[in-house]
Amino acid sequence: MKLTTRLIRNLLAGSAALALTTAANAADIEPAVVFDMGGKFDKSFNQGVYDGVEQFKKETGLSYREFEVTNEAQREQALRRMAQRGANPVLGIGFAQAPALEKVAKEFPDTNFAIIDMVVDLPNVRSIVFKEHEGSFLVGAMAALASESGKVGFVGGMDIPLIRRFACGYEQGAKHINADAEVIQNMTGTTPAAWNDPGRGGELTKSQFERGVDVVYAAAGGTGVGVYQAAKDAGKLAIGVDSNQNYIQPGTMLTSMLKRVDVAAYNVFMDAKNDSFTPGIQVLGLAEEGVGWSLDEHNESLVSDEMKAKVEELTSMIKSGEITVHDYMSDNDCKVAG
Amino acid sequence: MDSLLNAQTVLSTLDATLRVSTPLILCAMAGLFSERSGIIDISLEGKMLSAAFASGALAAVTGSAWIALAGAIITSILLSLLHGFACITNRGDQVVSGLAINVLASGLTIVLGIAWFSQGGQTPALASEARFMPFELPLIESIAHIPFIGPFMQSVISGHNLLVYVALLAVPLTWWIVYKTRFGLQLRAVGENPLAVDTAGISVSQLRYKSVMIAGILCGIAGTYLAIAQNAAFAREMTAGQGYIALAAMIFGKWRPVPALLACLMFGFLDAVSIRLQGVALPGIGEVPVQLIQALPYVLTVVLLAGFIGKAVAPKAIGVPFVKER
Repeated sequence: MKLTTRLIRNLLAGSAALALTTAANAADIEPAVVFDMGGKFDKSFNQGVYDGVEQFKKETGLSYREFEVTNEAQREQALRRMAQRGANPVLGIGFAQAPALEKVAKEFPDTNFAIIDMVVDLPNVRSIVFKEHEGSFLVGAMAALASESGKVGFVGGMDIPLIRRFACGYEQGAKHINADAEVIQNMTGTTPAAWNDPGRGGELTKSQFERGVDVVYAAAGGTGVGVYQAAKDAGKLAIGVDSNQNYIQPGTMLTSMLKRVDVAAYNVFMDAKNDSFTPGIQVLGLAEEGVGWSLDEHNESLVSDEMKAKVEELTSMIKSGEITVHDYMSDNDCKVAG
Repeated sequence: MDSLLNAQTVLSTLDATLRVSTPLILCAMAGLFSERSGIIDISLEGKMLSAAFASGALAAVTGSAWIALAGAIITSILLSLLHGFACITNRGDQVVSGLAINVLASGLTIVLGIAWFSQGGQTPALASEARFMPFELPLIESIAHIPFIGPFMQSVISGHNLLVYVALLAVPLTWWIVYKTRFGLQLRAVGENPLAVDTAGISVSQLRYKSVMIAGILCGIAGTYLAIAQNAAFAREMTAGQGYIALAAMIFGKWRPVPALLACLMFGFLDAVSIRLQGVALPGIGEVPVQLIQALPYVLTVVLLAGFIGKAVAPKAIGVPFVKER
């Protein structure tokens, strides 16, 4: 959390002075957020957004409207109700809200919308997408460095291109370190229920361990909790995703792939407050500090200095363009160069 | 191919089969007691979910797996009594009452979970001490050297948590109660011809209440297994339809304990196989898409149901409320 605060501060250092001068004039905004099916406390993706908007609330004293979607049909209804009640901006979370958000954004052209994880190309929508493959590349490299068996595992949530992008980046990272590394991949399911099925996540993980895997990476929302538990029970390592999840099972969490949805959500609200909301597409990668990996008191004993140095080296190589991580979603194929 | 069919893979698949079949077996036995007495029980799912929540919450608060188990059983029995009150005492529709319990459980567990723990309907993750942890059976080392049986015992039968063995023992116990005791005879009679039982001077409602309560106990154990033995916390909707699958398995097994056990094991095996086949290249076919693998259990179920099992005959008086006098 400390890290988040510091990062947000850095990012906003520039606009802070401006904010002070305009804050008095800007009408108090009424932001709204619509969480997706994993739920606000999924310890992962949605919770990252929650942290970001809570941060906004703490700093500005402005409250926000919120809604947690519990079935698919509610998305459009929730977004529309928010816009009808005068909320502005309205933040939609997750790729699955894109069709609903597109429809509602057209109905309310004067309201600003934002969506995380998907592109909606409209003049009043800000779309924020992340280069998950870059962050996953780093944790893949760490997994291969930490693995003794040379086999690393991946447990995805719902089988969609976005999750394949995580898997593909992870595989590239692992094979960059160890060309012979074997990456065993499993998807939990093909319906949104796959984001919330820790039992099945645990079973998939156990089956991977039986096949020799000793580090497993979960990109599966609430299902990940089962993956980390299985890793802890078996004394193997797990890698978290989206938020910093190291605290969930201290001692067996190698690291977490951070996707700064908290910063993205915070910025949407803050920009609106400062009257500087801009529509358009934002792509956040390593260079923009939009993705990364976490190091805190829960995993510092697991990350050797050597590993840290290697990851930092890879980070700067990706930033400088020396390494390009292939994006699965660019051609729906995962070509792994050794 | 080597990696697909070697002994280790087969053993670990069978091991996983037992793990995933356990809640199915317990629920199928629960359904058997209830339905043999003439009460349709589609509320297995709801009872199991409520029990899972009760055990997850109690284990988180008290830190004791045994208190959690007791609380889960009590919760599940209370729901059974509600079902009984609706359709034994008040002669309501058994399917409607069961469905109502399922809806109630689905909503209430989430609401209470959010209100009490503010973790989006989950209960806090549990430490090992508050769970039923796997253990090795005694004397298992001494038979490990026997070919075939040794490794089988060691990797498939041994190394589970207590509730898995409870589920396995529940089957012969159910068989014994239903077929070898006076209570079992009355139970079967009341499901076929309650009027005859009534004529013999035995209370139909009392018998039916007893059997739905036994169903409650078994569902309570199943829910506990899900929340604090297989996993380390309650998650919303964590039963994920297993209560219905158990019901199907029991009908598959024609309302008999041993065939129902086999049906549960078959469902569990298909599930375990579908987990292991993901991302594995099959000889001659290549890597099979995830979607196909996950549809496999359902496809096989339809094929087996249609082609091999034959007609399943339910207890004659099932679903019919007993009216003593007109």
